Amino acid sequence: MSGIQAMPMAKALNAGLRQAMLDDPKVLLMGEDIGPLGGVFRITEGLQAEFGQNRVLDTPLAESGIVGTAIGLAMRGFRPVCEIQFDGFVYPAFDQITSQLAKMTNRHEGTLTMPIVIRIPFGGHIGAVEHHQESPEAYFAHTAGLRVVSPSNPHDAYWMIQEAIRSNDPVIFFEPKSRYWPKGDVNLDERGPELHSTQVVRAGTEVTLLGYGPMVSVLLQAAELAAEEGTSAEVIDLRSISPIDYDPIIESVRKTGRLVIAHEAPGFVSVGSEIAATVTERAFYSLEAPVLRVAGFDTPFPPAKLETTYLPDADRVLEAVDRALAY
Amino acid sequence: MSYTEATLQLLSPAGSIVESDTTAEYLPYIDKLSDEELREFHRVMVVTREFDLEATNLQRQGQMGLWVPSIGQEAAQVGSAFATRKQDHIFPSYREHAVAMIRGVDMLDILRMLRGLTHGGWEHAKHNNFHIYTLVLGSQTLHATGYAMGLNLDGSTATGNPETDEAVIVYFGDGATSQGDVSEALVFAASYQTPELFFLQNNQWAISVPVSTQSRTPLYLRPSGFGIPGIQIDGNDVLISYATTRKYLDEARAGGGPRFIEALTYRMGAHTSSDDPTKYRPDSEVEHWRELDPIARFETYLRGRGEGDDFFQDVATEAADYASDIRLRTLALGPPSTSMIFDTVYSEPHALVGQQKEWLANYEASFDENGAAE
Repeated sequence: MSGIQAMPMAKALNAGLRQAMLDDPKVLLMGEDIGPLGGVFRITEGLQAEFGQNRVLDTPLAESGIVGTAIGLAMRGFRPVCEIQFDGFVYPAFDQITSQLAKMTNRHEGTLTMPIVIRIPFGGHIGAVEHHQESPEAYFAHTAGLRVVSPSNPHDAYWMIQEAIRSNDPVIFFEPKSRYWPKGDVNLDERGPELHSTQVVRAGTEVTLLGYGPMVSVLLQAAELAAEEGTSAEVIDLRSISPIDYDPIIESVRKTGRLVIAHEAPGFVSVGSEIAATVTERAFYSLEAPVLRVAGFDTPFPPAKLETTYLPDADRVLEAVDRALAY
Repeated sequence: MSYTEATLQLLSPAGSIVESDTTAEYLPYIDKLSDEELREFHRVMVVTREFDLEATNLQRQGQMGLWVPSIGQEAAQVGSAFATRKQDHIFPSYREHAVAMIRGVDMLDILRMLRGLTHGGWEHAKHNNFHIYTLVLGSQTLHATGYAMGLNLDGSTATGNPETDEAVIVYFGDGATSQGDVSEALVFAASYQTPELFFLQNNQWAISVPVSTQSRTPLYLRPSGFGIPGIQIDGNDVLISYATTRKYLDEARAGGGPRFIEALTYRMGAHTSSDDPTKYRPDSEVEHWRELDPIARFETYLRGRGEGDDFFQDVATEAADYASDIRLRTLALGPPSTSMIFDTVYSEPHALVGQQKEWLANYEASFDENGAAE
């Protein structure tokens, strides 16, 4: 494949995985229902048929088993890419991810690398039942030894999944399932930005809106609405949750003096809290208003008929923008 | 819990070879062992025990943060470890000191870990494929299974040549069998037919909880529910440990799929140096198992074969020398570098960790030589 093609993120991930498997015979996919079915979201569709059952493993239904055996495979020189079926199903693997995978290189004093990617479809807006719409990224960002990223668009998804697979450290790869299906241009020839870099995706002057994954499109929509009301908002796609590439954020805040951070995850002890604290430390004299967070409520994710009330939307972002401008 | 009719044994507690229809298939493995190899079994068991006692002393003298004794389990470990082949991979829990010694690990590395100088300290590639200790119970059974899946995938096993075909042995304990990871490892091993031996040392106590709380059936029966053959052996009999491990590992490496051995043994000492077993188990039980001491049993056997006092005296001297040498080397260990906190968290640079390393260096440099802030 080459050139610029319009495709949904689901197809871009599929193409990225396929390219990574072509580039390196040690890349393996493992997970539940990822073989003939292609995964419940069809991200791996066609890959087992193309690469065979020794490259695309339909595993037993056990998340700790998937990650734990992936660690053993990585010790043997493979580069496993694990699919966790839904965000709320990752917790049975929590010990293997946080106590084993994250610490394995450190435990070996650097003599062993853990090139494992754990793909997790995350977030709401799909009207699903309990445990299927969560945003658990803060748990993993809090764990040293893991890298955590989330693409917001098809082009980034295509390149970031390949970068994550090439990383010699474990990468938790959060895929915004509400963004699986909208199409976007993917430049198949031009490598995207570095995996852990923050990108300004819309320039503005009065307020900075920061988000990642599913929230970036909401922020762009909010910025458009703000522009209609005469407010110039800059939008930043964080892309990498650990580590965080702060320089573009600080530079933007120095310019706008205001920062609104949005994510679907609850706000308490969140990625937004962390960024707010750091920006306050590094850009205190540039701030015209406190850093504000727009987040999911600190409650369990509600039943699907209430999700649009629970999830931050453009209006809630704009409400925060108004508060920031009022200082 | 004690031996039953199902418990395979080649060496009776009295130190004589058990010849029966049941043992007939295992005796040939022992017949092939040379006198030198049998002496080596004894030598490693004795040196390991002396090392172990010295490590306990070092802990009592404040030189170790913690010690995890393996006393009583030497036969299970020595027999199984000698049965591995050089190309095999060993995934230990955290009490497999004799296995480590046989695979050539510098035992000082284990002491470094429990002295608080490192979380690991040895590299399996340089230590005959002996992987580092895992402290979370059962986690390593999945790593071992994944590794064994890798052997299948890269064609390093089941080619028909036992001299090069690779296999995996994973050690775990009776407490660990209750962990979900062990069950998941059995599921994956069975599904992917891994070249792998699950070697359970049932030492009958998970700290203070008896094995009857972990399982209402003998543990060697559990793998049959997963489609994996399992047997129970007398874990204090180094010969049956050797013979069964050799047989099962070779069957696994030949493509026969995973195998399971329960070695029924006894934790003669405490769980760790922080434990007090007098609070939960009767002296009579400890005394009963002291009578079944694996080293004494094997010494009786060797003496019956004509081994004389000189050999046993030489081994005792070697063990004492080993212990005093390891003591001196432990006392000579310096402190770890503070950069160790940061340097290998990631294998590639990570902005936050890099900044914090730099901050700490500047902070420490801000004090003068008397420790006062400048």
